Amino acid sequence: MLLSEIATSGPSFFYLAPWLVFFPVIGLLINIIFGGRFGEKLIGSVAATASGLTFVVAVLLAISLRAHPEGTSILLAEWISIGELHLDWAFRVDTLSVTMMMVVGGVGTLIHIYAIGYMHEDVRFKNDPGRYRRFFVFFNLFIAAMMILVSGDNYLMLFVGWEGVGLCSYLLIGFWYDKDLLGRPSHENATAGKKAFITNRVGDFGFLIAGFIMFWAFKSVQFDQVFEHAHHVAEHNPGIILAITLFMLLGVAGKSAQIPLFVWLPDAMAGPTPVSALIHAATMVTAGVYLVARSAPLYSLVPQAQNTVALVGGITALFAATIAVGQYDIKKVLAYSTISQLGFMVAAVGMGAFVAGMFHLITHAFFKALLFLSAGSVILGVERGHHHAAHGHHDHDNHGHDEHHEEEVFDPGDMRNMGGMRKTMPVTFWLYMIGTIALAGIPPFAGFFSKDEILAEANTLNFPVYILLAIAAFFTAFYMGRQIWMVFFGKARHEAAEHAEESPLIMTVPLMILAALSILGGALNFPGVSTLTHWIEHTYETFHLHLHHGEFNPTVAITSTVLGLLAIFLSWLLYGRKPIAEGQVDPLKKMFGPIFVGMENKWWVDELYWAVILNPYIALARFLADTIDWKFWHDWFHNSVIARGFKVIARTLAEPIDLGFIDAIANGLAEGTQMISGSLRRLQTGFVRNYALSVFIGVVVILGYLILK
Amino acid sequence: MLPVSYYIALSAILFSIGALGVLIRRNAIIIFMSVELMLNAANLAFVAFARSYESLSGQVFVFFIMTVAAAEVAVGLALIVAIFRSKHNIDVDQMSSLKG
Repeated sequence: MLLSEIATSGPSFFYLAPWLVFFPVIGLLINIIFGGRFGEKLIGSVAATASGLTFVVAVLLAISLRAHPEGTSILLAEWISIGELHLDWAFRVDTLSVTMMMVVGGVGTLIHIYAIGYMHEDVRFKNDPGRYRRFFVFFNLFIAAMMILVSGDNYLMLFVGWEGVGLCSYLLIGFWYDKDLLGRPSHENATAGKKAFITNRVGDFGFLIAGFIMFWAFKSVQFDQVFEHAHHVAEHNPGIILAITLFMLLGVAGKSAQIPLFVWLPDAMAGPTPVSALIHAATMVTAGVYLVARSAPLYSLVPQAQNTVALVGGITALFAATIAVGQYDIKKVLAYSTISQLGFMVAAVGMGAFVAGMFHLITHAFFKALLFLSAGSVILGVERGHHHAAHGHHDHDNHGHDEHHEEEVFDPGDMRNMGGMRKTMPVTFWLYMIGTIALAGIPPFAGFFSKDEILAEANTLNFPVYILLAIAAFFTAFYMGRQIWMVFFGKARHEAAEHAEESPLIMTVPLMILAALSILGGALNFPGVSTLTHWIEHTYETFHLHLHHGEFNPTVAITSTVLGLLAIFLSWLLYGRKPIAEGQVDPLKKMFGPIFVGMENKWWVDELYWAVILNPYIALARFLADTIDWKFWHDWFHNSVIARGFKVIARTLAEPIDLGFIDAIANGLAEGTQMISGSLRRLQTGFVRNYALSVFIGVVVILGYLILK
Repeated sequence: MLPVSYYIALSAILFSIGALGVLIRRNAIIIFMSVELMLNAANLAFVAFARSYESLSGQVFVFFIMTVAAAEVAVGLALIVAIFRSKHNIDVDQMSSLKG
């Protein structure tokens, strides 16, 4: 009887959930404490092992969930208990969170392994090998924070992780805080880090407000309790749920780089490429999508909020995709592509297609991580070629010219410097191709299935958003085609690209795994089988939330495939048929002129923010600092009013009152006493007979008085 | 029997002599003797009144005064001896070191 029970219930590893956070923390502690004596390989291995163990835990949790699909919550400690607020530090294990854990753990581990090779070369190009250890400490810290984010059992714990990943993002964007791409002194990267952090603060503010309103309305921020009472609150006061969801959307816009807070993500590419892949493509930026998916019971109550979220996602998807077309930096293209794809996911979870959003999140993590890491491989290859070319010159003319060409400004990430790298970096080329096809949504790659599911859902749920997303999908295929033709085909436009060298296996093997996932990822939620849908449904069933089941729509699928192929064909016409030559203007610029200039300049959003928000804000800050604070408050109020007034009062108290009155009393008393005692002391003659006479006279006087009375 | 006023007059004369002795004389022993004179003048007055009123209280007082006088003599003479030892003199006018 017992045996059969065990067989059906299966093994339960739920108690392992806290180790999702403990493993990376242990890893980073080992690297902090002992890393100084470790070699680079060992440091990287410790970090990658810590990350890998979290993946193992996530898989074990998933296995346990097969037997108990309703999920559970693992209590670690009581956290906060103030007044009506009772919060536990508890890990929520359900199908939704475990899906995220597996993505974070799995993709994170592959990127850790890749980073072992990438950072080995990166720190050498930038002449600071000492920073190798710091990178992996931050990376493990990120995994820990991200695990807290996805496993939190309440909104506050989620917020702790939310801020934690924001901190790691800041630390890693500014990883080379004092150097630019080529290792020269510069503050660019530090500025990019600050931009990301500050932009995110705006979003976090929204999240916090949402949390406050939630606590005010529900007296709790614990998921189950909030979702349980959501219906009740929505009936009596739907405005509250609307406010919570819209403020939450602000947080989502910050973290997941949506309009209007997307501007930080392109700048975040200042971080080393593994950071771009892990944090700014695969995991952290999807936290907003996860947040909406997690809050599905709230969003599904307010269609206005759902429409807003979907529209924000749709517009972002299209807007960012157009910018990506006009970029020249290999990572910038991918950055805008990420914003655009995040727009797809946000639109999906916004219109209620939570599973489609999560599905795209997973496949996007695979192929965007693959693309970013391959781009990193390309950049390193170009850097190797640059070094090779520079040293080659040395051998030839190390007597004549100054070493000016070392100082020459060369951007290894600029696609206009590349070309023809299909031959110099063949492995990377094929990996990049796989990523590109997956992203462009060509069947049967992963991106096709997930993007198509979103488009199919949008087609039935929200047609305007469907149009936006379909156009965005067209642009996606176009800019990826443009990138492929510019980077890998044609002839090298710079000697560095000509001498580019392939990356080592430690970098390419994780890429191959990601490439395999990018090809096969569609099987996760194959139309008709819908593994992921059934899997995630368990979570929503506990909240009595019934998802809309999107049907596979052949029209949509064929339309998007045709659009994608057409876009790639167009990009071939423009960039592939006749490769652009060195110094040639982008052919699109000739055709569309001002429109392309707009795309090239990111539609001047940064400039707009500078003009509308930053410059007035700086002027206001300067006015407050110089005029109000310094002139008014410090010079006038403090110096004139307080200091001078105090001086006047002090002088009044000191001279007439203290010296003239209080001191005079004390001195007068002393002088008077001295005078009286001076005259009295003469009475003390020292002659006994005088005293006796005094006594005698006294007695006579007293007796005389008594008698004569 | 003599009227009581006679005794009182004698007592007054004795007291005055004693007081004058204290005030005038410089020799400590003489002053001391004058004090005794005054005490005994008081004793005389007590006894005289006791007899006149036929009450024993006055006589009891006299015993007390004599006891106290005896103790006073002991202390006073000891003081005078101590002063003589240090100053080789018992003139009270010489003992004016407490002059203010």
